[in-house]
Amino acid sequence: MKSTLLVSALLTAMTATSAFAQAIKLADVAELSGGGATVGTNWKNGIDLAIEEINAKGGVLGRKLEVTHADSQSNPGVARAQVQKALDAEPYVLLGPGYSGSVKVTAPLAAEAGIAQIMGGEAAELTQGGNKFLFRTSFGQQSSMPKVAKYIHDEMKAKTVAVVWVNNDFGRGGRDVVIKELDRLGSKVVADLSTEAGQADFAADVGKIKAANPDAVFVYLNEEESARILKELKRQGVTAPLMGETTLIGQKVIELAGDAANGARGHVGLTTDAPVDLIKAFREKFSKKYNYVPDHNGLKGYLAVYMVKATTEKMGKVDPKKFADTLHGLTIKAADEPGILMDVTFSDTGDIDRQSFLVEVVEGKQIVKQVLPKVK
Amino acid sequence: MSNLFDLLVAGLATGAIYALVAVGFTLLWQTSQTINFAQGEFVMLPAFLMLAAMHVGAPFWLAIILGILLSMILLGLAFKLLLVDPMMRHGVLPLAIATMALAIGLKEAVKQFFSAEASPFPSIVPTGDVSILDHAVSLQSIGVLVVAILAVVGLTTLLNRTSLGHQMQAAAQNPTVARIIWVPVERMILLTFLINAFLVALASLLITPIYLAKFSSGEVLGQAAFIAAIVGGFNQVRGAIAGGLLIGVLDNLAAAYVSTQYRAAVPMIFLIAVILFRPQGLLGRAEERTV
Repeated sequence: MKSTLLVSALLTAMTATSAFAQAIKLADVAELSGGGATVGTNWKNGIDLAIEEINAKGGVLGRKLEVTHADSQSNPGVARAQVQKALDAEPYVLLGPGYSGSVKVTAPLAAEAGIAQIMGGEAAELTQGGNKFLFRTSFGQQSSMPKVAKYIHDEMKAKTVAVVWVNNDFGRGGRDVVIKELDRLGSKVVADLSTEAGQADFAADVGKIKAANPDAVFVYLNEEESARILKELKRQGVTAPLMGETTLIGQKVIELAGDAANGARGHVGLTTDAPVDLIKAFREKFSKKYNYVPDHNGLKGYLAVYMVKATTEKMGKVDPKKFADTLHGLTIKAADEPGILMDVTFSDTGDIDRQSFLVEVVEGKQIVKQVLPKVK
Repeated sequence: MSNLFDLLVAGLATGAIYALVAVGFTLLWQTSQTINFAQGEFVMLPAFLMLAAMHVGAPFWLAIILGILLSMILLGLAFKLLLVDPMMRHGVLPLAIATMALAIGLKEAVKQFFSAEASPFPSIVPTGDVSILDHAVSLQSIGVLVVAILAVVGLTTLLNRTSLGHQMQAAAQNPTVARIIWVPVERMILLTFLINAFLVALASLLITPIYLAKFSSGEVLGQAAFIAAIVGGFNQVRGAIAGGLLIGVLDNLAAAYVSTQYRAAVPMIFLIAVILFRPQGLLGRAEERTV
């Protein structure tokens, strides 16, 4: 009896040790400082929350998840170096970065290493280059911008539009698609304004918008710059309706811009205000853990980890080489994997299909005005 | 045309803030040959001190007072005693490099202890418009201009019309002679450091509601104010004021009529032109050096 106990104790200890030794290692490279700090911090916290939950429930196929976080400083050059360093440690899956420019320069490294990369970038071109290892957590611009243009034309009834965009891969990608779509629908672009990442003073840009006197303004900047231009638009008394994407009406933008954010509208693939029970529960858990309301980047980070879980469980084994193949064409249902929050399908290019939302900021809160269904 | 008017008003408002910061540059240079490359970070920090005060429950008005007082202690007194005085004896260049190090230190400290993310900052001027010459001008622009002008007028009055100001001028122009006529030179130098700290805290209060409180927000401001000080004349307070206003307007006009990508280049090109053709600055005096 005594020896049996000893053996079982030893076995338990060995199992515990092997489970620890065999933890599934994920590597995250995100914008933890610099212009994208809001993006990266939310993304990182979303990842940590998901991993904590999954590990508390016994991990993935009985193995714990572990993640290392590295800071890209919102700089593509630093991101590339950090991703190379992360890949040298042979992670199971690479998570991040969030900025399209950083994804663009790091994706070839992950593809060369044969490691799947689940990222937050939204530039259209990212998934159009035939990379077999790159996956989105949110809509690419080729999916979201046509919806935006249609809303500006059909619902806002805007015949003339001013387009303000940030001069980087993300901004240029969105601007190209939206201008093409607006043109196709018959709305005229009367001001096409490029701004710089990190720009502090928007007085001149808003002056130009005022001079163009458009029926609607499409704003496509990063979060902090969005907040600054919203304040300047209010300061200079621009009353044309404002339309954007998630980056115009995110939680952080509302916090930074205050009153000036009221009335702004945006198409969002993901929002913590979505009328979806699982998302509401996520928001509550996140707010409780980190003491602030997450934006869509928190959701993206959270979803990235659950994509890893669902794909691995689908394979039935931890196989980094087969991971990307398995995720292509995969549909994950929220009923089977609640952590995925909404039913989602991944295309062969790594793009996603999911329902999306039309949101307006009313008295400092995101109000979902319409739910746009999954395409397929 | 209406666009031009709006651009001029916005440019003057930004320029007035540059002027406050640029005046600080010239004050420190004149009295202690300090080129403070951390001047931009000096504008960034007071906003965070005020936010910290509000965080522990102080109302906004009290946070402003505390922020300004703390700035004067940290960025005036401590800056002079702990960095400028020990480095001064090694010459102008080592001191300038030390201020660059201080700039990095301040940025990293705010990033570490506060946040790398931007934070909102309340405005002392309410939002809204008033009509001037049939143009809607925002109260915020007017408020910024008025406060900045009051500060500059107050400072020039102090320097030119009071005994204290004359003593400061004497200490700046010829410390040896000033000592002979019993001017407390050391105290006058300290006073300019405190005035500089007050001006940057005021600039911080005015600019942060627009630019947001962020650890890196001093970079642009420091550079703009430095250019303004050189363009106007590094050894003249009135030169720094003119330089500040000019750079603010030029920057806005460049963004509107040249391109946003090249807006930062236009003041730089202007700076090069000034250095080439009028090295003492637009309103500065040529300084002679003797051996």
